[in-house]
Amino acid sequence: MSRYGMLEVLATGPMTTVQDLGRPGRGDLGVGRSGAADRGALRLANRLVGNPEGAAALEITLGGLCVRARGDVVIALAGAACPATVTGPVGIRRQIGHHSVEHLPCGATLRLGTPARGLRTYLAARGGVDVTPVLGSRSTDILARLGPDLPVPGTLLPIGPPPAAFPAVDLAPVPETAGGELVLEILPGPRDDWFTPEALRVLRTEPYEVTADSNRVGIRLRGPVLERARDGELPSEGMVPGALQVPPSGQPTLFLADHPLTGGYPVIAVVRTRDVDRAAQARPGQCVRFRTA
Amino acid sequence: MHVRHCGGSALLAELDGLDEVVALYDALAEHPPAGVTDIVPAARTLLVRFEPPATPQSVEAAVRAVRPAPGGRTGACEVRIPVVYDGADLADVAALTGLPARDVVAAHTGTLWTVAFCGFAPGFGYLTGGDARLAVPRRAESRVRVPAGSVALAAGFSAVYPRESPGGWQLIGRTDAVVWDLAADPPALLRPGTRVRFTEVT
Repeated sequence: MSRYGMLEVLATGPMTTVQDLGRPGRGDLGVGRSGAADRGALRLANRLVGNPEGAAALEITLGGLCVRARGDVVIALAGAACPATVTGPVGIRRQIGHHSVEHLPCGATLRLGTPARGLRTYLAARGGVDVTPVLGSRSTDILARLGPDLPVPGTLLPIGPPPAAFPAVDLAPVPETAGGELVLEILPGPRDDWFTPEALRVLRTEPYEVTADSNRVGIRLRGPVLERARDGELPSEGMVPGALQVPPSGQPTLFLADHPLTGGYPVIAVVRTRDVDRAAQARPGQCVRFRTA
Repeated sequence: MHVRHCGGSALLAELDGLDEVVALYDALAEHPPAGVTDIVPAARTLLVRFEPPATPQSVEAAVRAVRPAPGGRTGACEVRIPVVYDGADLADVAALTGLPARDVVAAHTGTLWTVAFCGFAPGFGYLTGGDARLAVPRRAESRVRVPAGSVALAAGFSAVYPRESPGGWQLIGRTDAVVWDLAADPPALLRPGTRVRFTEVT
């Protein structure tokens, strides 16, 4: 038992992982950065509870998480807003807010419903989720199979020592995750010359649908085919989050946090860094449009 | 060198070949420009990722200003990897190369290899500089499980599988050498620039 309390996992929903801001600096060893898919939301959840921005928290995909506090725990939720219910140790229930600082008394359970919009919710606990770091990070990279094991019912997540800083606000008035059509800004290249001029026009004007074949590695998109101007293979080259890689099918994949470090299909354009967080909140069935600055 | 933008936080330097990639990687890894977070070498390119306050312009200028040292980094380490050459694909490699299996082993142990870049999996180094006769294609069908320590060939490269994983390379042997160790810093034995000598054990 951690002296600072623990979160006992009772249910995880479709997928819950521990994430911080990842492990940069080891790309040359074949180790990707990984980390929270929506980095801005992780940072916000941490700031709310007075943690350093890069403390480890839970990344919950499409809600469904249920945890019980062992010891008193101060928490905040950010990212996709879920209905969140706290059941106290004597059975009194209350709804808690999003983007707000909340107290989970020892024995209380927190249950997240399904978000109405957005995909990934971040649960930060004051002191951070203190699982053992792997290569300097507590992030689970699902592609490289690095980092802590995925929480399952019964997992006890220790909370770390509280930081010196206290929460500065009770509530952060930030806009909620967008539903409906998502518009993302792209920068053409690095391999736009592998495609017809028409392909770039199509990418800039036509909607693409987020398919269910999407995860932390990337989002498979469905829409008009992006036609190549040349055949042949590209020697594998480094990839980045936000890259729109186009396999021979002509249907692009938008890479997220756990993307492969290198890839052999040409990248027609890259989503701007600040828009990658919003892309990570896109749900299957949602439409995405790309525009250039 | 041709420099392409890869979004707003990375540049892709295109080079003439692997030697130029390795030379530029060595120089940049030794003195990373301010703001650079990751340098990812590949067969023909070097990806340079950066964070503010670095800008594409400042990083491109820094990359272009690098003068790789002739002959590569001084003090590149050399490791010996003892191999039992009993791989499941040794006979296929012999057939593909037209060499008797003994000569495949002699060719594999006969030259000094160099790690050009990592990819595919953490710590999976692509080794170059081998005997040109060992250039064999990947297997027609990938294996679901290749054991850690498998020594393999494909597309002119050699590699040691750092962990058990799926894989399509031709397996010629196995080693007890630990090439991936999370408790070690750095965790990868085969890092870009490392020289590798395979030796036969029976």
